[in-house]
Amino acid sequence: MTVYTTLATRIRANQPVALATVIDGPHVGLTLLMSPEGILGGTLGDAELDRVVARDAVGELEAGRTGIRHYGPQGESTPEDLVDTPTVRVFVESFSPPPRMWIFGAVDFTAALAKVAKVLGYHVTVCDAREVFATRRRFPMADDVIVSWPTPLFEKEGQVLGPRDAVCILTHDPKFDVPAIQGALRTPVGYIGVMGSRKTHAKRLERLTEVGITDPSDLARLLSPIGLDLGARTPEETAIAICAEIIARRTGRLATSLSATNGPIH
Amino acid sequence: MRELLGDIDRWKSQGKRVALARVVDTEGSGPRETGAAMAVNEDGDVIGSVSGGCVESAVVGEALAILNGEQSARVVTFGYSDNEAFAVGLTCGGTIHLFIQPLEW
Repeated sequence: MTVYTTLATRIRANQPVALATVIDGPHVGLTLLMSPEGILGGTLGDAELDRVVARDAVGELEAGRTGIRHYGPQGESTPEDLVDTPTVRVFVESFSPPPRMWIFGAVDFTAALAKVAKVLGYHVTVCDAREVFATRRRFPMADDVIVSWPTPLFEKEGQVLGPRDAVCILTHDPKFDVPAIQGALRTPVGYIGVMGSRKTHAKRLERLTEVGITDPSDLARLLSPIGLDLGARTPEETAIAICAEIIARRTGRLATSLSATNGPIH
Repeated sequence: MRELLGDIDRWKSQGKRVALARVVDTEGSGPRETGAAMAVNEDGDVIGSVSGGCVESAVVGEALAILNGEQSARVVTFGYSDNEAFAVGLTCGGTIHLFIQPLEW
């Protein structure tokens, strides 16, 4: 297997992989391929350089970062070692599996949200306990449609959720909302949006108190009413408002019009 | 890269040589993120993109020169801040650095 075939196989299988390429230095164009477990193939032209780059790339991969790193010809990486040595510039590219979005509640808003989430590259799971509603026919755009209560799903697969992922709870039904929120709060998931009016959310907070969710830092993770204030009405507009909020939370932006501000646009 | 795999596989199975251009760095506002990629085969067929369409045709020229052996794999810079790159700029005023190489690994 060449480096390219291994890379393509892992990308297609949604397995994390990092590709390092010498873009400047003695062996321009050489590549090294790494998984979180270590080197999969290739070389950058020096065994010690390979070892150091592989060590760094695993960290980059975990963080989902892509960028250029600088080394000496034998992998020297401390600033004092790099004085007076020719530098090797290595482009480390992380291929992480797509972020996940779990949507609870098989309603009209769900189909629109799943569509927009797919455009953004999410692996989308739709979950509802009602067999009649949670069907593949209603949600052909979702990657997985699961008939289940939230608690068993979180117990079984909750450990896959991380800071890049999102949980959107659209059920409006306390029977379903409360266990979904409980499950989501036990994970480090980056975004928890819960649909409902301010009034609904106030009532929901009472129910959460009854089940013992009172920690202000937990409650602060719940975004409800869900989405940015775009004046969204339709399921499609609401889906955009939700996804826009997910992006703004990740980037830490205030989400005003760029034409009304002066700073950098990215 | 993910979106290029199908076409690259097809080209490779046809025995075509392929050059890969990847965005390795950006300065200022750039239309595509680091890691954005395009591929060019020896016939000049193109898939993917590395900008909003501003520099792609210039990249095809560079890629073909590399496949023909007239140039070696290298970093190519496009943008107004680079004196050598005045001919092909980005409308957004940013700078992108591309690494272009034959896909022979």
